Amino acid sequence: MTSLPKTTDASLGLVIDLDTCVGCHACVVSCKEWNTGAYGAPLADADPYGADPVGSFLNRIHSFEITPETGPAQVVHFPKSCLHCADAPCVTVCPTGASYKRQEDGIVLVNEADCIGCGLCAWACPYGAREMDPVEKVMKKCTLCVDRIYNDNIPEEDRLPSCVRTCPAGARHFGDLSDPDSDVSRLVADRGGLDLMPELGTAPVNKYLPPRPKDRAGAPAPLPAETTEGADGFFGWLDRTLDRL
Amino acid sequence: MHPAPSIIVFTTLSGLGFGLMVWLGVAPPTKTPWVMAFFACLAMGLASAGLMSSLLHLGHPERAWKALSQWRSSWLSREGVAAVVTLAVFAAYAGLWVLTGARSPALGALAAALALVTILCTAMIYTQLRTVPRWHDPLTPLVFLAYALAGGALLNGAMDALPWLLAALAGLQAAAWARGDGAFARAGSTAETATGLGAMGRVRLLEPPHTGRNYLLTEMVYKVGRKHARKLRIIAFTLAIALPLILTLAVSVGHALAGLLVLSHLTGTLIARWLFFAEAEHVVGLYYGAHRDSLAG
Repeated sequence: MTSLPKTTDASLGLVIDLDTCVGCHACVVSCKEWNTGAYGAPLADADPYGADPVGSFLNRIHSFEITPETGPAQVVHFPKSCLHCADAPCVTVCPTGASYKRQEDGIVLVNEADCIGCGLCAWACPYGAREMDPVEKVMKKCTLCVDRIYNDNIPEEDRLPSCVRTCPAGARHFGDLSDPDSDVSRLVADRGGLDLMPELGTAPVNKYLPPRPKDRAGAPAPLPAETTEGADGFFGWLDRTLDRL
Repeated sequence: MHPAPSIIVFTTLSGLGFGLMVWLGVAPPTKTPWVMAFFACLAMGLASAGLMSSLLHLGHPERAWKALSQWRSSWLSREGVAAVVTLAVFAAYAGLWVLTGARSPALGALAAALALVTILCTAMIYTQLRTVPRWHDPLTPLVFLAYALAGGALLNGAMDALPWLLAALAGLQAAAWARGDGAFARAGSTAETATGLGAMGRVRLLEPPHTGRNYLLTEMVYKVGRKHARKLRIIAFTLAIALPLILTLAVSVGHALAGLLVLSHLTGTLIARWLFFAEAEHVVGLYYGAHRDSLAG
């Protein structure tokens, strides 16, 4: 049933630190790699080596330029994937029950055997988190690596979403955002974690940590003027001698 | 939004078919069973052709039956259930009339009410989407209902009601276009709210995530509609509304002229429906540098 659960036992999700992300796209690649070989249909590409390649991705990095009222502009790299919203509009629009939000951990998933590929859930999502697979014609989305985080067959340190495990900058954090004492919840509290498009009422679980204020250098010191005034010793003698020539 | 031909044909034809069912249910144009059989086949044919067209849009049409299961939460599912039930009840109404020669007004009224519910459900598939501010408006279901009822009245030959319905449609469609043009700005989503970084300054896309296109861009950041939108609105309005309205008021409409007016109305409605999709702006475009123009205005 595509009604949303009233409450979830946990709210697993990501906290993404926009201060730390360097925009290397490693999480995009590792996500694509893991989800091509794991849960559900492979994450396909169409025409990958041709003139018009197009593929499905569950995670994409945008780069934005922020221009303040005064001072220089700043570049912010912005990873974007499913936010596993508490009030997920993509779930309730699904006509077949393929889209659902798990009561036990709040993860939003697609049962691909029930998906008819109508695309309405992708229309309902404000964040562009859902993409139709160009080969399988079913809707693909971030699973929060549900096949890693509970997987007893892989080493414990790997039981994290692939993007989190891969991030070389430590910009991605995974945990239970419904637990106020979890590391991720504390990060959100300390750093003022943000919701994306809060005006749409989706109540995203994933949070974004805004870049920390940067030190602003004062006005640059004026360059020294070109002068030989005050030169003494050998260079003073040379200066005076050359002047006389 | 991408104006998929299958969806344009679906909403237009099924709207016309169910609109005709409303009229055939409460005010049929004939007392003769075999004439009713013709009208009933026309209404059910239009509705079914529209529904079949909607299946072409699916990635897995063979699983379409599963879409009847989630009527508690999903407008698309409700639309499917309502369409099937309406077709069944209307077929029973028309079938009993043709076979027994006696019309059941109660069954007709029930079929008409169900047809109205179906049209409403179709409109709500789009109206419910907060991500597309142009659609997320009470005018959307009213416009869908007005097109269906006016088109149905034209097919039904309800010439007394037709001018009123066309006039109402004219007002609603003009209002929907006028309100729709400012809907995105009024909804208040911007690149600043999309990134949550508005407190730091003005946000502009510097680099998109990839150099090629993707599903999101082709499906939801469609931009062809804008160039000729004004001309297409005038053409749609003229064909679907103005021409039938003026002619029904000016001359006595016979069968041949009525046929031409149906074609004119259908063509105009298809163009209006193309615009309904092509002009609709989805908020996901904000992550791709779209909608800066609409926000500046």
